[in-house]
Amino acid sequence: MAANGSPKPEPMAAKKASPDLLNSSFSFKSLKLKTKQQELLLRVSILGLVYVLAFIARLFSVLRYESMIHEFDPYFNYRTTLFLTEKGFYEFWNWFDSESWYPLGRIIGGTLYPGLMVTAALIYWTLRFLRFFVHIREVCVLTAPFFASNTTLVAYFFGKEIWDTGAGLVAAALIAICPGYISRSVAGSYDNEAVAIFALLLTFYLFVKAVKTGSLSWALGSAFGYFYMVSAWGGYVFIINLVPLYVLVLLITGRYSMRLYVAYNCMYILGMLLAMQIRFVGFQHVQSGEHMAAMGVFLLMQVFYFLDWVKHQLNDTKLFQTFLRITVTSAILVGGIALGVGTASGYISPWTGRFYSLLDPTYAKDHIPIIASVSEHQPTAWSSFMFDYHILLFLFPAGLYFCFKRLSDATIFIVMYGLTSLYFAGVMVRLILVATPAVCLISAIAVSATVKNLTSLLRTKQKVPQTGSAKGVGSSKSSSKVTLDQSQPFHKNGAIALLVGVFYLLSRYAIHCTWVTSEAYSSPSIVLAARGAHGNRIIFDDYREAYYWLRQNTPTDAKVMSWWDYGYQITAMGNRTVIVDNNTWNNTHIATVGRAMSSYEDEAYDIMRSLDVNYVLVVFGGVTGYSSDDINKFLWMVRIGGGVYPVIKEPDYLVNGEFRVDKGASPKMLNCLMYKLCYYRFGELVTEYGKPTGYDRARGVEIGNKDIKLEHLEEAYTTSNWIVRIYRVKPPTNRL
Amino acid sequence: MAARIWIFSVAVALFLSFSSAQDLQIVNAERRIDLSSHIVKAFLTLKVENIGKDPAADMLLAFPPTQIKHLSMVQAMAITGKKKKKTYLPLDVKPTEQPDAPNDTGYFLVSFATPLTLGETVTLEVLYILTHSLEPFPSEIAQSESQLVYYRDSAVILSPYHIKQQTTFFKTPSARVESFTSVDPANRAGKEIKYGPYEDRASYSYAPVIVHFENNSPFAVVEELVREIEISHWGSLQITENYRLTHGGARHKGVFSRVDYQSRRSISGSSSFNALLAVLPPKVNSVYYRDDIGNISTSHLRTGFKKSELEFEPRYPLFGGWRATFIIGYRVPLEDYLFEAPDGRRYLNFTFGCPLVETIVNKLTIKVVLPEGSKDPSAVLPFTVNQDLQVKYSYLDIVGRTVVVLQKDNVVPTHNVPFQVYYTFKPIYMLAEPFMLVSAFFFVFVASLAYVHIDLNIVKK
Repeated sequence: MAANGSPKPEPMAAKKASPDLLNSSFSFKSLKLKTKQQELLLRVSILGLVYVLAFIARLFSVLRYESMIHEFDPYFNYRTTLFLTEKGFYEFWNWFDSESWYPLGRIIGGTLYPGLMVTAALIYWTLRFLRFFVHIREVCVLTAPFFASNTTLVAYFFGKEIWDTGAGLVAAALIAICPGYISRSVAGSYDNEAVAIFALLLTFYLFVKAVKTGSLSWALGSAFGYFYMVSAWGGYVFIINLVPLYVLVLLITGRYSMRLYVAYNCMYILGMLLAMQIRFVGFQHVQSGEHMAAMGVFLLMQVFYFLDWVKHQLNDTKLFQTFLRITVTSAILVGGIALGVGTASGYISPWTGRFYSLLDPTYAKDHIPIIASVSEHQPTAWSSFMFDYHILLFLFPAGLYFCFKRLSDATIFIVMYGLTSLYFAGVMVRLILVATPAVCLISAIAVSATVKNLTSLLRTKQKVPQTGSAKGVGSSKSSSKVTLDQSQPFHKNGAIALLVGVFYLLSRYAIHCTWVTSEAYSSPSIVLAARGAHGNRIIFDDYREAYYWLRQNTPTDAKVMSWWDYGYQITAMGNRTVIVDNNTWNNTHIATVGRAMSSYEDEAYDIMRSLDVNYVLVVFGGVTGYSSDDINKFLWMVRIGGGVYPVIKEPDYLVNGEFRVDKGASPKMLNCLMYKLCYYRFGELVTEYGKPTGYDRARGVEIGNKDIKLEHLEEAYTTSNWIVRIYRVKPPTNRL
Repeated sequence: MAARIWIFSVAVALFLSFSSAQDLQIVNAERRIDLSSHIVKAFLTLKVENIGKDPAADMLLAFPPTQIKHLSMVQAMAITGKKKKKTYLPLDVKPTEQPDAPNDTGYFLVSFATPLTLGETVTLEVLYILTHSLEPFPSEIAQSESQLVYYRDSAVILSPYHIKQQTTFFKTPSARVESFTSVDPANRAGKEIKYGPYEDRASYSYAPVIVHFENNSPFAVVEELVREIEISHWGSLQITENYRLTHGGARHKGVFSRVDYQSRRSISGSSSFNALLAVLPPKVNSVYYRDDIGNISTSHLRTGFKKSELEFEPRYPLFGGWRATFIIGYRVPLEDYLFEAPDGRRYLNFTFGCPLVETIVNKLTIKVVLPEGSKDPSAVLPFTVNQDLQVKYSYLDIVGRTVVVLQKDNVVPTHNVPFQVYYTFKPIYMLAEPFMLVSAFFFVFVASLAYVHIDLNIVKK
């Protein structure tokens, strides 16, 4: 193909994406297509393949398990989508959900980002209109892969915008299988991020395009992209801070232009007005500290424009300098005073804890245990970077180098996006997702530029080019290489070796991504799978067993108390009212549950009575060795409970700073409600051959309290592998 | 309840003088009532003689009102020949009303094959099936307790005719019988309780008895079953069955202990059940078993030439009063079930009833979804059901598919007999959907072709 004289490096991407494409291009050769047409055909078919690849790579979970919703939050999204498709948009918007946060309830329409649900519902309604009577669950399951495929298209156009079509194609291919993105977009992972990454990248692409062209229509497009992003995910705050930061950098580096002015003003003002239509966001754009940077930059833009105009009017530079000083000082002063007054009067809300915890990784640990308790909010370990990015981690700096070498408005943007998001990815594991598109794009630049350089080197070495066009297109750069090559005879071999190396790396990347996807990111976490003694697959379906039991065999108005992790699942699958759920908007309420779990039974009984609790659900892994159970989460319950109710003290549950459940555990630990509920009658059970009764396989110890008596609760149901245990709260005994 | 029966029997006594219009008498009657599962099967052998002058074309079977509403099915056969040369001739049985029925007694009319003349006798074998007739007592039991039930009936057969000699046997599932009403002569031997023989009982005699015994057989009751049979002329029959299952026995009380359940199975939860068996057609494929929240992985399918067996477990064991809903779906090849009638119509020949063994279905709905474009549907069944027509939209449907809805209450496994649905269908309709798809793709390509070649710019470049 190189011999064919194609000037672009796309063939490299083609080799990587699919080798049989080569053959197809050869067969097309006989049709005598023009080079340009050939290139277009190649590009379209590569993109088409990448589009399909991005979709099917995410179907591992469906093949391994089934078409089901994964994890925790997606169950809420699924439940709301179901509601939306059944009851319509207005009902959805005004939905007061009494099934969660009992007795407070939750105004669903006002406390969620509806983008995902509306998207899925629209797809569903469209399919139904086209007479495809699919179940809404299938739509929800496949929404994430579908949008991941769309993201590859956006990545292509973005790459094309900041570098060239080659980089775009490589970026599309890289992002299609990048584990950092797949981790949150496999089939069934029906979460906000599924559509949000698409929206994020689309907004950035359109904005960069708007800055590049200075066209109102692109800016308008980016405003709508921003609106979609705001409707879909709280991560929009990243856009509304990154874009002003980018504009500010452009202003400082003297890259202010009319194009930038048009793009930013249109995008900001329209985007802000549109975003206000989302009830959950409301007036935050003008009232919250997190959004003030955008406002400030917007005002600064006006000052710049004004100064520009004045400079144009005044021909005296000295006078202008004075004017400049006065204007800038007064603008900063006025802005500062406005911000100060706004903050002091409470009109502008201060930064939220989540925002702080992003800027200061240790903040959450000290102040907001509920954020710190979530595993995906932990600071990222190096291994997860390696796991999620693989070779991109090395390509990223190389890409940065290329970007700096060819600095433009667009490359400045991608550099800033890459660097800031990589910082956030280091702060929180889940934000690796946000950095992934940037990392893929920058790495794609590195790959594309390297391959392009190497191939042009190879091509110019060919003394007898098959088509004369190669040299014609080759430009002065390649001819200069010819002279260079003559002095360095091993250049060609070196280039070939390097190319082979690049392909080896890329193929390793593809293998790694497939492996990670199939092994690590395709488990629904509702259904647990393990290997039996004979290598057979054992399925632990205890969660659904318990939830379905609740759904079928408890009164419809029963209230279930559990740790907040399981709240969404209980409401979605068990269809019962819960006290707290994954929304975690009310820390006190969660702390009350934490307190009940960590109190003695009679104290807990009073709390449960006051909350009208009928059933208590705990997750226990002692029989199966499932480690993310409630005992292992227990210290967080103590911490969160103790954060609001000082009667709960963490040291009471520890022995010499150590958390244990065996004989050496603290007396409070051995008798608190959580311990009792998890280990009730566990002491009679032999879990492992050759071990004493009551041997906890998750923690590898024999439990310390085998004689547990329950006074106010009774066992209502325990699943077949003991993973979920449900207790009934007895009504109070009659007082004589 | 007991008091009501007493009143009833007193009332029956008042009607003893009531004489039947026909001059039939029952020479010998033997009744065997099988109480071993929760479906009560009664086998009645009657030797009927005409003592009147007029030939009798039919006879009445009487049931007390407590039974008539639980009566699922009545079948009668005439026996001719002796011992080994016995031949059975099915007789027509249909419910009927009698204007002067005492105490809401329900009747079924059995038509003889040939009318009986004076002195002629015929031997009839009657099978009737009662559902929901075992009343758990105590009505709530704990996990470790065994399930005890009451069965109420009469020691003598309720009949509008004089019965010269009769015996009744009750067969219980185990030898554990707490008590039974004694109507002399009555005795018990192992699993069998014998009432009788009683001589010369007048018409409408009634002697209420209560048998209190242990019955731990699975009381699997399907409260509602909707079976949808979708016919595709492309070669398969897709069956989707929506079950709402419950344990109809004594309600579970108090705790459910997993330790006891898994380590002491013999004494713990003996009345509960956790496995069910569905008998599916042979050549069944693409079987799935799921519920509202996903696939259920505990099922095994054994396919065979005569039948396939799907052994499956609900997500949790069912104790008294617990419920489970689930869906079973499967596909069978069309050629075994769809045929062409001589008059050119097509007909589906499929099995009625519920594939689960030993279950009662309180409400069964069978929906036969005919292909789009089918006309004049009609269903043929050996018993009466409610029939209705609906329209369903499925993939790529424009006018919708005609759905024949057959609905019947109180269905037992004996109802698993073939039924037919006839309809007319033009094969050309089969091509409608592929044509739509092809034309849609064609349109997309034409549109993109047009888009590439048309210059949409306002300003010429």
